[in-house]
Amino acid sequence: MATHVRAEAPPARPAWRSRLYRFDLKASPYAFIAPFFICFAAFGLFPLIWTGWLSLHYVDLLKPDVMEWRGFGNYTRLWSNDQFWTALRNTFTIGVISTVPQLLMALGLAHLLNYRMRGRGFFRVAILAPYATSIAAATLVFVQLFNPDYGFVNWMLDAVGIHPNWYSETWPSQIAISTIVTWRWTGYNALIYLAAMQAVPKDLYEAASLDGANRWQQFTRITIPSIRPTILFTIIVSTIGATQLFGEPMLFGGGVGVSGGSAHQFQTLSLYLYELGWPSRQLGRASAVAWTMLLLLLLIGLVQYLITRYRKRHELGG
Amino acid sequence: MAATLSTPSAQKAKHAEQARPSGLFRRKAGDHDKAGPVAYVLLALAAVVSLFPLYWTFVAASNTGERVAQSPPPMVPGGQLWTNITTAWDQADMGKALLNSTIVAGCVSLSTVLFSTLAGFAFAKLRFRGRNALLTLVVATMTIPPQLSVIPLYRIVTKLEWGNQLQSVILPSLVAAFGVFFMRQFLSEALPFELIEAARVDGAHSLRIIWHVVFPIARPAMAVLGMLVFVQSWNDFFWPFVVLTQQNPTVQVALSAIGGGSGHDINQAVIMTGALVGTLPLLLIFAVLGKHIVGGITSGAVKS
Repeated sequence: MATHVRAEAPPARPAWRSRLYRFDLKASPYAFIAPFFICFAAFGLFPLIWTGWLSLHYVDLLKPDVMEWRGFGNYTRLWSNDQFWTALRNTFTIGVISTVPQLLMALGLAHLLNYRMRGRGFFRVAILAPYATSIAAATLVFVQLFNPDYGFVNWMLDAVGIHPNWYSETWPSQIAISTIVTWRWTGYNALIYLAAMQAVPKDLYEAASLDGANRWQQFTRITIPSIRPTILFTIIVSTIGATQLFGEPMLFGGGVGVSGGSAHQFQTLSLYLYELGWPSRQLGRASAVAWTMLLLLLLIGLVQYLITRYRKRHELGG
Repeated sequence: MAATLSTPSAQKAKHAEQARPSGLFRRKAGDHDKAGPVAYVLLALAAVVSLFPLYWTFVAASNTGERVAQSPPPMVPGGQLWTNITTAWDQADMGKALLNSTIVAGCVSLSTVLFSTLAGFAFAKLRFRGRNALLTLVVATMTIPPQLSVIPLYRIVTKLEWGNQLQSVILPSLVAAFGVFFMRQFLSEALPFELIEAARVDGAHSLRIIWHVVFPIARPAMAVLGMLVFVQSWNDFFWPFVVLTQQNPTVQVALSAIGGGSGHDINQAVIMTGALVGTLPLLLIFAVLGKHIVGGITSGAVKS
């Protein structure tokens, strides 16, 4: 009897404990990642789908409960709308002239920062300082610097005899806006590249320099191929950022910021979305612009994916 | 850095002896990662370009509006800073804006750091079904533009009568995919499995492990992530601009009011003062902690 009890009773607590332990082991990972997914479901996925639903309706900002079915009417209306195409083109051109030079300069800066040198810490903090400046503050400052009459930029350009109007002309205004983007993000990207470059084994450079490769050859033949995943990452992030561009053109335009200049010369898709949804109060059409942006990003992603796959296959084949 | 540099130099000597006996080549090989004068000049130029707009903000904020609107533009600070600050304070509620931005950025960075560390730890060190698929999903969510959720969120917020209230800015950013990924990358390298196993053998449950093992090790990365999120949240523009008004603005929304007006009577110096006041808190953080932020970004945060 006594032995029986002793055999039964002691495992009782460990069994309960080990079940708890196993439950803890199984469930806690999900508990830890739950906040992210709950937050994403509530503030990301659910609104995303709702936006899609809204885009098929006519909805007034002030009477959002009255929804009138439009089918794909909002989308076909976009298709035949000049302002939409202008915004799309502007988003693309501003995206290219802000992203491409930015990433190229960031690569160069990262390469320079990777050298052994004095004052390295200062240079790194200095080029990251624009990152700490907000879109609003940076844009307001650049509005001053680009002022056609008394701005710093035109004061310097007077020396070479050109005097562009950085607001009213299409290309100058887009270049000015791209300058703000480039100024704010180049240093940050340079540091990301630098992180990747520091992970490249030093022996590769040793071997190359012994084989007589100069610094440029080392850069193009060793550095670039080694950090290709990071470059791809920054390209993707910058592409997304460029698609969403809003604050810079909005504030750059001052009183006519929402329409992206008096002739929409620098209106981006995000600005167009905002103009449709809020000042024009047409939430349905604005939702259609939002979903068009998502489809465009998916399209760009698909193209990038196909290019990398083609290149991989090409390299394997060759 | 010193430690990583010493190893290659030892290898270097060996390489050089084997490959090229000539002293000339050995010298060249040893200097291969040392910056030349061109590098210094280019970096100095980049530093000037990066810092000049910030310096000029201070110059413009300390001059009179008339002086700023003259060509050539002023290049040295004037004595008008205090007058401009009081004017900017009257024009937009800068005091309230600074307080609001501090509250928002503080809440957002605290909760993002906490939740990201938990999720990052789970993704880095715990085994569970669907881990890789879920991590891919986390990264994929980064690509969705916030514009896609703005319209429904705006409706939810107005339904709850949260328009113009800070919680409508705080709640959607309680945790960020970027933060989860950041902490995951850090913890998969910094936290040894043995430590978790040892804690488990000692009978610690997951929350104890989080508190006594994960947090102490993750602290430097948590600090860096906190600063990055604080900067991002402080500078966030689109959603606060949509949902808040000038009665209860964040700094960025207040700045959009100072800069958004049109007309010729606008005082450019006051605009620049607003930009200065709105940026100064972050620049101070940067001046003090910049090296740590740089270290955090370069220590493999976004190596993938």
